[in-house]
Amino acid sequence: MDNMTIIAVASIVTAGLTIALGSVGPALGEGRAVATALSSLAQQPDAASTITRTRFVGLAMIESIAIYCFVVSMILLFANPFWNHVIAATAGK
Amino acid sequence: MRLSPDQMIFWQHGFLKLNGTIVFTWGLMLVLAVGAKLVTRRLSTDLKRSRWQNLLEIVVTSIAKQIEEVGLAHPERYLGFLGTLFLFVALAAVCTIIPGYEPPTGSLSTTAALALCVFVAVPLFGIEEQGLWGYLKSYAEPTVIMLPFNIISELSRTLALAVRLFGNMMSGVMIIGILLTITPFIFPLVMTVLGLLTGMVQAYIFTILAAVYIAAATLTSKPQPNPAPAT
Repeated sequence: MDNMTIIAVASIVTAGLTIALGSVGPALGEGRAVATALSSLAQQPDAASTITRTRFVGLAMIESIAIYCFVVSMILLFANPFWNHVIAATAGK
Repeated sequence: MRLSPDQMIFWQHGFLKLNGTIVFTWGLMLVLAVGAKLVTRRLSTDLKRSRWQNLLEIVVTSIAKQIEEVGLAHPERYLGFLGTLFLFVALAAVCTIIPGYEPPTGSLSTTAALALCVFVAVPLFGIEEQGLWGYLKSYAEPTVIMLPFNIISELSRTLALAVRLFGNMMSGVMIIGILLTITPFIFPLVMTVLGLLTGMVQAYIFTILAAVYIAAATLTSKPQPNPAPAT
């Protein structure tokens, strides 16, 4: 395998692994957060606006972990700096 | 595949480029500024008022109420900054229903600029409220050992603000693009609706987080109603 193939295989496999493993943790966390928010909503319907606002902010903070993984995998797939470097090196030869 | 509207070049002369991000940002700024100017040209205080004035009043008062609920006692002082952030990000997301438009917040440069505005504004508001020494002392709380961690958290939350908004907006455009190639008819529509919701939620979150950071910087002497999240 030449350098290009190795980089391509590593990028694609890592992108898949990043999004797959990186979405497990936030999914569990969001599930817990929503479950807790729902049970506290059922206990205290009066505090609905506060709970909803805090839940939204909290969910976005948890979700941003998954979004970071998504951004990294997108960079690996579509804007890979190593790939661009190898392309430039082979084109220059 | 295009990752951001940065790569959408409208006009190029030498190293000067006019890319999609700049065009759409200035378009949104024009819409916001001219719209606000047109609406506020004839303001009335009696019972008969235009519907646009009603709309703006609802927007402004609800933003002020949300800021107040975060724990900032005088929302009108922060309304200009936080309200502009919210309106820009929200309009950037809502305008995705226009064909050919791509949200400028889907480019890392725009979101980094917005996050840097927050990064600069938080110390300014803090110094204005507690004085320079009082603000600097808040970095060494509860003990001096926490000083480097407080500084790191200041930097990392700026990065988090930028990447979160960028990732959410970019993923919306990207998923629609991918779905268009696989299932071209119904699913992209559903994802567009979901993208509108995500965009509004992200605009809300961006503003609320900025408000929480400002509240944490201005209220350190009193017990904080909302401690600042770390990321």
